[in-house]
Amino acid sequence: MTRTAHPYMANSAPALRQELLDAVGVADVEELFAQIPADHRIKGALRLPPPLRSEAELHRHLRTTLQRNVSCEANLSFLGGGVWQHHVPAVCDEIAQRTEFVTSEWGTPSSDLGRNQAWFEFASQLGELLDMDFAGLPVYSWGCAAGHAIRMAARITGRAEVLVPATLDRERLAVIRTYCAPPEVRDHIALVEVAVDPATDRLDLADLERKLAGGATAAVYVEHPTGLGALETQVAEIARLARAAGAETIAGVDPLSLGILSPPGAWGADIAVGPTQPLGIHMNCGGGSGGFIATRDEERYARQYPTLQVSIAPTRGEDERGFAMTLFEQSSYGRREEGNDWTGNSVYLWAVVNAVYMSLLGPQGFAELGETIVRRSHDAAARIAALPGVEVRFPHFFKEFVVSFEGTGRTVAEVNAGLLERGVFGGQDLSASHPQLGQSALWCVTEVHTREDVERAVAALAEVVA
Amino acid sequence: MSRLPRFHAAQWDEPVVMEMGRPGRRGQLLPQVEDDVAPLEQLVPAELRRTAAPKLPELSEFEVQRHYLHLSQMTLGMMGVNLFGTCTMKYNARVNEHVTARPELAELHPGQPLETLQGVLKLVHDFESFVRELSGMARFVFQPGGGADAAYTHACVTRAYHASRGELDQRTEVVTTIQTHPCNAATAAAAGFDVVTLPLGPDGYPTIESLRAALSERTAALMVGNPDDMGIYNPDLKRWVELVHEAGGLAFYDSATFNGVMSRVRARELGFDACMYMLHKTFGAPKGGGGPAVGAYGCSEELVPFLPRPLVTFDEATGRYGVETVEQAPQSIGKVREFWGNVPVVVKAYAWVRALGAEGIRDAADLSVLANNYMETRLAQVRGVRRTNPGVDKPRLEMTRWSLEQVREETGVDVHDVSNRMVDFGVDAPWLAHEPWLTPEPVTPEPGELWSKEDVDLWIDVLEHVVEEAYSDPEKVRSAPHNHAIAQVDLSGIDDPAQWATTWRAHLKKRAAPGDGGAGGGAEAGAGAPSAGAEAGS
Repeated sequence: MTRTAHPYMANSAPALRQELLDAVGVADVEELFAQIPADHRIKGALRLPPPLRSEAELHRHLRTTLQRNVSCEANLSFLGGGVWQHHVPAVCDEIAQRTEFVTSEWGTPSSDLGRNQAWFEFASQLGELLDMDFAGLPVYSWGCAAGHAIRMAARITGRAEVLVPATLDRERLAVIRTYCAPPEVRDHIALVEVAVDPATDRLDLADLERKLAGGATAAVYVEHPTGLGALETQVAEIARLARAAGAETIAGVDPLSLGILSPPGAWGADIAVGPTQPLGIHMNCGGGSGGFIATRDEERYARQYPTLQVSIAPTRGEDERGFAMTLFEQSSYGRREEGNDWTGNSVYLWAVVNAVYMSLLGPQGFAELGETIVRRSHDAAARIAALPGVEVRFPHFFKEFVVSFEGTGRTVAEVNAGLLERGVFGGQDLSASHPQLGQSALWCVTEVHTREDVERAVAALAEVVA
Repeated sequence: MSRLPRFHAAQWDEPVVMEMGRPGRRGQLLPQVEDDVAPLEQLVPAELRRTAAPKLPELSEFEVQRHYLHLSQMTLGMMGVNLFGTCTMKYNARVNEHVTARPELAELHPGQPLETLQGVLKLVHDFESFVRELSGMARFVFQPGGGADAAYTHACVTRAYHASRGELDQRTEVVTTIQTHPCNAATAAAAGFDVVTLPLGPDGYPTIESLRAALSERTAALMVGNPDDMGIYNPDLKRWVELVHEAGGLAFYDSATFNGVMSRVRARELGFDACMYMLHKTFGAPKGGGGPAVGAYGCSEELVPFLPRPLVTFDEATGRYGVETVEQAPQSIGKVREFWGNVPVVVKAYAWVRALGAEGIRDAADLSVLANNYMETRLAQVRGVRRTNPGVDKPRLEMTRWSLEQVREETGVDVHDVSNRMVDFGVDAPWLAHEPWLTPEPVTPEPGELWSKEDVDLWIDVLEHVVEEAYSDPEKVRSAPHNHAIAQVDLSGIDDPAQWATTWRAHLKKRAAPGDGGAGGGAEAGAGAPSAGAEAGS
């Protein structure tokens, strides 16, 4: 190798490489690959584009390619439905970029004290928001958290059926369906939809009671707000009915709603799940997703977690605390196929950032954030509903609401195309995923939206539906 | 031996954030809505409203910033030398972090109109072509959130494949090996399969006879890693895949250890139906302490219909990028996670391939194997340290497993103690081995292509020093670390329901409970050692 050393590889300097070859006692590095049989080897060279070895060229290439995107900063966006635009405080970004956190790997509780403590602070603050005492480190996403929680409930109850709202978000439902496995395999969990009231998107309690009556239900999965944004005003009654039927109640909640909405621990949920992306993580084209799982601190639940859990613990020093994994042996690291589901890399860097976010907001910040969002979204909804032929479907909601364009004679696709021409990303098109709603879209309004933004969107909508 | 660094970690005595702050302090203010907007009380029914505020800390913005900066400073991460085996500790290029933090990626919503996502779609599409070239597979999907999630994806694809042939009832078993990462066995079981695990044979990998005995009409798939994390390559692998296919099963290649064989071996050319790469390991994206990560899952043309969606598409005629959705793929398993996956990680992996090119990738493989063989020349000289599988005489690939059994027998000091002492010199705790340990007192360093010869020498010097200490002053090693912010964590109560506390509120309740020591309450020291014996990987 006579090329210039590569900046990512210290021993690529020709003299260093030779020094290593000499120390090992081989003339050609190929001798070190003697284990690989000849008939396993690639014929010919790899065909990859020529390298961009200088950072200047690489940076320019990446930047100019990404600049072909139009971001939600450049356009005005009302997209939600599993990924939401919220303000990310600058301190969150600073901590998310700290190389110590970014590049850390397993480590030890002493040498990586800071990271483990931040993880404990993630679970501790989340526990306060949810009013629950036990929380794991996050899993890949909300849907994955719901899937694991349903599997936990099935193991706890020895039952193999879960009830879900009929209007559940289709993206999340697809993930849950994967986790519930098809009927041909063992451990299959039947996914049964419970009807919702079309006027409010709340569960039809009569249908819920009918479906609980069989005594086969492991869990009722209920979201509040619902997948279509509506407040589920009957959560306490749903939890009561589930408990009476011997089923667990799994609550799916938006953590940003919990400054103003009663937390799942208070209204009787057994397991709480939800998204971590709203807690200080950029949307990242969906790559900001993460999901939490929390419960009461009871062995019945704790021993079913598939996650990593960090516990505070004493040290062998004087008056010191550390943070280490608890119940590690029940994971797949400890017990392979006998462990609870599986455990692996997840979104643990985001958990650190989530902790920062919750510390920055504090109790008053969450209360004000919830209030700002719910008031801004209702203001926007009222202004949108004032347009001729446009209707907002449900009376109570948090940050997302269903806008029906049925009365305009336009499809959502047409409406959103018109909005795009005006620099606006309209709400998520529900016409294919929720055909019972006709030509409807799920609009999301948060604290990032100003009255001017809403007025601009409404003016654009007025032109498009005219 | 060179002089060892006089390392000492920052020691901030940082309180738990829940103990910090004073009432009324604020870290963020929120935009206020106009007075003419309806008040909260009219919008949310009273019975749904929160009555007691969450007991979160009340801190100024600077206090939060300083607290988490202090915590970052008390995180060794890979600030020193980190040769954590199986995780391929690479340079995680800063330029990639800068570029992916730009709003043109960070502030994208996956539901945006596709014409506004052409840049990111192009990067994902082109990266897919790179991993296709490296593996020989037909298509890749990046939805899985880590290596284990890619293994789970394979188990789900296996279900769908056999269901499509009407054989899922019959094909109930997944075959793996004891040296294959536990996530394969675990995800196969989570997907509803029974797991058959092959033991190692005399040459360091399972015998063909053991595979033959495990295969039957019940076989759904083989899930296997190669080379294993002892650096041993299974030369019979092509024959293995043939046998699995003859039995009617699918063959999945867990390429967690791709670094040593990249540019020399393609999974598809060995006959595999599917494979997985960890972009946060082999492809230069950072670990983040355990994600965000991507297990890139690739498969043959035959399995493409079953892949999760969306897949990225490219229309040559128009030059436009798009996505193929679940609705367009009736045989798809659907989704293993929402959306397209951890897109910034894919972009970082794309950037890594572009920064190296084909020759750079070959160099990285060569240097990682060369560095490991260099380590061998020195580690073999260290007192009490023995290479495992001494009968395997060909050079190991990118890592080698070592045993400190003799050190433990002669001094009573075990590998956890050694790990805890190594961190006193700013060297991260090494990878030991997965459960169950096949060799006593295992240690598995992987030098990779990042670390300089000087770094590798320092790591060996530190190990050598610690082993010498084990003989001369074993208590010093057993009571380590001494140069970190806290001493060894006492794990004696960590799995005790009366003592564990994953949240501050649980900790307060248990500390208040009568007769309990609790954390920080001067509980007696236990024999436990930090749980270094596990990989955060996959």
